[in-house]
Amino acid sequence: MPTAPAGAPQRRDTSRRTTDPSGERSASAGRRPLTASRRANRAGLAFVSPTFLVVLVVVVLPIAWTVLLAFQKARLVDIQGMGLFGNWSLDNFSQVFDSAGFWSSLGTTLLYTAGATLGSVLLGLVAALALRKPFKGRGLLRAAMLLPYVAPVVAVAFVWEVALSPQYGVVNDWGRRLFGWDDPIAFLSTRQYEVDLLGLHFDVPLALLTVIVFECWRYFPFAFLFILARLQAVPDTLEEAALVDGATPTQRFRHVLLPQLMPVIALLCVLRFIMTFNKFDDVYLLTGGGAGTDVAAVRVYDFLTARYDVGAAAAQALVLALSLMILLGFYFKFFGNKVQEEA
Amino acid sequence: MSGKTALTRARFEERFFGVARWIVIAFLAVITLLPFYYMVLLSLKPIDALLLDPGSLWVSAKDFTLSTYRDVLRSTDDGGQGFLRFLLNSALVSLGTVVLTLVAAVPGAYAVSRLKFFGHRQVSALFLAVYLFPATLLAVPLFVIFAKIGLSSSLVGLAVVYVAQTVPVSIYMLKNYLVTIPASIEEAAALDGCSRLQTVRKVILPLALPSLMATGLYVFMIAWNEFLFALLFLAADPGEWTVSLGLAQLSNGIEVPKTVLMAGSVILTIPVVLLFFAAERLLTEGLTSGADKS
Repeated sequence: MPTAPAGAPQRRDTSRRTTDPSGERSASAGRRPLTASRRANRAGLAFVSPTFLVVLVVVVLPIAWTVLLAFQKARLVDIQGMGLFGNWSLDNFSQVFDSAGFWSSLGTTLLYTAGATLGSVLLGLVAALALRKPFKGRGLLRAAMLLPYVAPVVAVAFVWEVALSPQYGVVNDWGRRLFGWDDPIAFLSTRQYEVDLLGLHFDVPLALLTVIVFECWRYFPFAFLFILARLQAVPDTLEEAALVDGATPTQRFRHVLLPQLMPVIALLCVLRFIMTFNKFDDVYLLTGGGAGTDVAAVRVYDFLTARYDVGAAAAQALVLALSLMILLGFYFKFFGNKVQEEA
Repeated sequence: MSGKTALTRARFEERFFGVARWIVIAFLAVITLLPFYYMVLLSLKPIDALLLDPGSLWVSAKDFTLSTYRDVLRSTDDGGQGFLRFLLNSALVSLGTVVLTLVAAVPGAYAVSRLKFFGHRQVSALFLAVYLFPATLLAVPLFVIFAKIGLSSSLVGLAVVYVAQTVPVSIYMLKNYLVTIPASIEEAAALDGCSRLQTVRKVILPLALPSLMATGLYVFMIAWNEFLFALLFLAADPGEWTVSLGLAQLSNGIEVPKTVLMAGSVILTIPVVLLFFAAERLLTEGLTSGADKS
């Protein structure tokens, strides 16, 4: 869509130059220099076009095609002979909305996303506050704390899988030794775990919870980095003034630091929410989408690879992207100003 | 009276958070380091030792072994898992992605940060919006297109997909850095007779080198760690597997001991972690620049 405005001024430029006789004359006599803003305009368009082209070809066009595919009956085998505009229908969408699996998966995705977003941002905030003042070895610890974020997801997922394994996992072994667990707990394959606490009886969605904890663990460094950077930019005088006024640490945090951090926290929440909503690899590697962890992205993958039903996969991906946009729309409507300032 | 209670509350809080801070620091150190220690530890013992005593957190001298690594790295012809080949594939894809992404992102980032051109607001919004699109949405059409043009099991195709994933972030990171370079430097270069392109090549790029490196590093990490597209496009062709994919496929095999899997994990993790520690400051500053402005 931005091709039109991007091309428009250039066209206007050239047309003006060719129709304007004085411009024509001076061009032949030795080109009249363009105004600085017009030159910047031209250079800008020239510089942005390669990038724009790449984004257009590898991102925008494929997404546009997903939209088309979602309205077609398309299995991978038929696609070879299919034109861009085949038979249009809403079958894929009715199939998506009619299946019970879709709604439960959407619910799971929302739970997973909300839990992982809040958890990772909160842990990141706590970490940033704890590492705010310098101490010996802070630099090293700060670097080490980024490990979960930079390490390959496949590797860390396996470490968790092995550590949590009921047969040879270190967690269950220590749980038995320290807390006297009778039976090993299958963290990644238990849909509902019964817990008796103070005479009350709970069913905990254990596998989902484990996956959420994993996600918090993996992404809290991201939040930590951004919050720490912002913390370091808070002027000391603000807190000193609060200290002189006799504010306690919690008061200083609540009334001085938190307002300063709010924009970056809001931005992080939005970013993490979007990322987690579409997250595929973490859940796929840990549980394969079983035991109540069938998040939407894993379902799309299953449609695509197990059934080769490209149309249904596209429709589902589209519905997800749209629901994400609606959620974001609400968010920006109510809290938008802060985030926009930050972005 | 009220002054006194406030003082004691303040003192209590100071003391409480003084202690809590160290507990938190210790907790964070444990949760971030222990999994990686555990990974290395398991990779160094034979599977029997793990099964006998799953709770042990060290490896005794008589159990210590490097055969897991030998098994993982040896080529499949020699009965190993062929990870050397996967390492090479991963390196090729990741480096290719870094180069392509930078080539695609630098001009755009420069234009967005420096030049007031018609529609520059829309273009930079588009770049950001693209960053928000889910990989699964892209996966469907790319899967189909690649199946159609026969790129579906090639490293080149994979690198192209990774470029799509990394260009938006790169533009964002580079842009945040480029706006901090004073415009007067460019004006001086222009006065000395440099054209815009020359200015970018001779003045801006050298000045932006830290940011280029940080961005390149981040792109490398994304490409090296990526799993979904590798799985979609390469799963059928073991010769082209990346390390991530190779490891995931290895775990599906029933006969591979977990300790060998852990050795594979260590091998997958080491290049990224080494790179990261070599350039940690650069990377964190590149990522968060712009986050601290109020």
